[in-house]
Amino acid sequence: MIEQEIYNKLKEHFGDAIVELKEAPPSDPFIQVNPERLQDICLYLRDEGDMLFDYLSNLSGMDLAENLGVVYHLYSMKYKHTIVLKVTVSKENPNVPSVERIWRTADWHEREAYDLFGVIFEGHHNLIRILNPYDWEGYPLRKDYKTPEEYHGIKVPY
Amino acid sequence: MGELKKVDFEYSQLNSERMRLNVGPQHPSTHGVLRLEVELDGEIVTEVVPHIGYLHRCFEKHCENMTYPQVIPYVDRMDYICSMNNELPYVMGVEKMLGIEVPEKVEYIRVIFSELNRIANHQIAIATFGLDAGAFTPFLYLFRDREFILTIFEKASGGRLLYNYFWVGGLAHDVHPTFKEDIRWIVKRVKETNKEIADLLLYNKIFIERTANVGILPADVAINYGCSGPVARGSGLPFDLRKDAPYSIYDRFDFNVVTGRGEVGTVGDCWDRNIVRFHEIEESCRIIEQALEQMPDEGDVREKLPKKIRPPQGEIYSKAENPKGELGFYIVSNGKDKPERVKGRGTSFVNLSVLPEISKGYLFADLIMILGSIDIVLGEVDR
Repeated sequence: MIEQEIYNKLKEHFGDAIVELKEAPPSDPFIQVNPERLQDICLYLRDEGDMLFDYLSNLSGMDLAENLGVVYHLYSMKYKHTIVLKVTVSKENPNVPSVERIWRTADWHEREAYDLFGVIFEGHHNLIRILNPYDWEGYPLRKDYKTPEEYHGIKVPY
Repeated sequence: MGELKKVDFEYSQLNSERMRLNVGPQHPSTHGVLRLEVELDGEIVTEVVPHIGYLHRCFEKHCENMTYPQVIPYVDRMDYICSMNNELPYVMGVEKMLGIEVPEKVEYIRVIFSELNRIANHQIAIATFGLDAGAFTPFLYLFRDREFILTIFEKASGGRLLYNYFWVGGLAHDVHPTFKEDIRWIVKRVKETNKEIADLLLYNKIFIERTANVGILPADVAINYGCSGPVARGSGLPFDLRKDAPYSIYDRFDFNVVTGRGEVGTVGDCWDRNIVRFHEIEESCRIIEQALEQMPDEGDVREKLPKKIRPPQGEIYSKAENPKGELGFYIVSNGKDKPERVKGRGTSFVNLSVLPEISKGYLFADLIMILGSIDIVLGEVDR
């Protein structure tokens, strides 16, 4: 299925929760969705007979200046097609529903996005830091991040 | 001799306390700086919690402060066992954004070096897996052959492990004059060693006893956990990006996707994951032989190198079949000479996340085998 067909089908089912489809080659086309109904949309994409996006290739956080974004790259083992989903949340209230129950691989990916960007994934069973030490402060991949002077008495910038 | 005292107890009334044990972060069998927090009931593993991040080098943060070509050496250091394969999806992604088509000769050299590096990676994987099981000799045999492959890389690029050889739009420089003869010789040699390894290690009864029916990963769990590469294919899933989403010139070659068949145990056990790597070495040899036949001798590998690398605003997810699985780079450009964001989808990172799921209920010694069969490199897990 091509992106336009997937978009039309999603729009039919979820209405306003699907914001837009953006196509601008050579960039990958993506579908912007509303974070509120993300879990329903993902479950639908995974289980609907002619889409079957059973494989989450990649989940990454994004710093969009005022907002934070989360990008989902999906792949279907059966039909071998791909789609990109995007959600945007504000930095003051960075809550995104977790898709960990839908694709178990999202467990570590979401922990990484939380660790580096501070996106809070609601419903994640164990949302703790993964790459940085557990007591690290701040979210390093945000553009306004300032490196701390020291960590437990160790000088950080060398 | 006194009489044996009769002790009166029921096994079911024996109480055993569960124990939490730390494996690593510095232990040879964790293949790097990985810490596993293991909960044991006697010798049975009841829970595994991997703690990662000991090798975190802020790859993604660095990329935001580097120009596009400067990122390539960082990409090398992700999975330092197969750097050529790491460079490929990154440069392909940037080329796609810039709209560059690289010359034929470059494509062939890229494929040949990627496949050679795949062989080197699988040789290490099989060697260290045997080492985990206590087989030392195959390790020496395989490392000897890998050394010859590294010598070819050294002749071409100057580096033995970290190459910085695939550039955006071409290659750093042309291959050395004896390139074709060298590779024909090494392919012959790799095939001979493979025969020896089959006898020495893979069909050895002790090795089969250790690895068959251990750490079984069903195909649906593999998909749900995002496993790819030999881990997924060992579970009988024919998922190979070289066939499923052909990139570069892989559609011109005739090769098979090897999957686990449960030859000595169950589909998806440690032995299956390992035999997939073994047969993939042979398939890689086939690809290299075909590529050497088809490769044009004429052509300038630096002809399409752009003067300025400044991709237009946009984003791309570029993926390729790394020896360990799907390696992807999500590159976002804001129109400047430095990327806005580069996210590396580390293959080992995703494959490792399945470890707690498949190691429950096995013996502690089996846990080491299961970890070895996943074949991780901590440089890619922690980035």
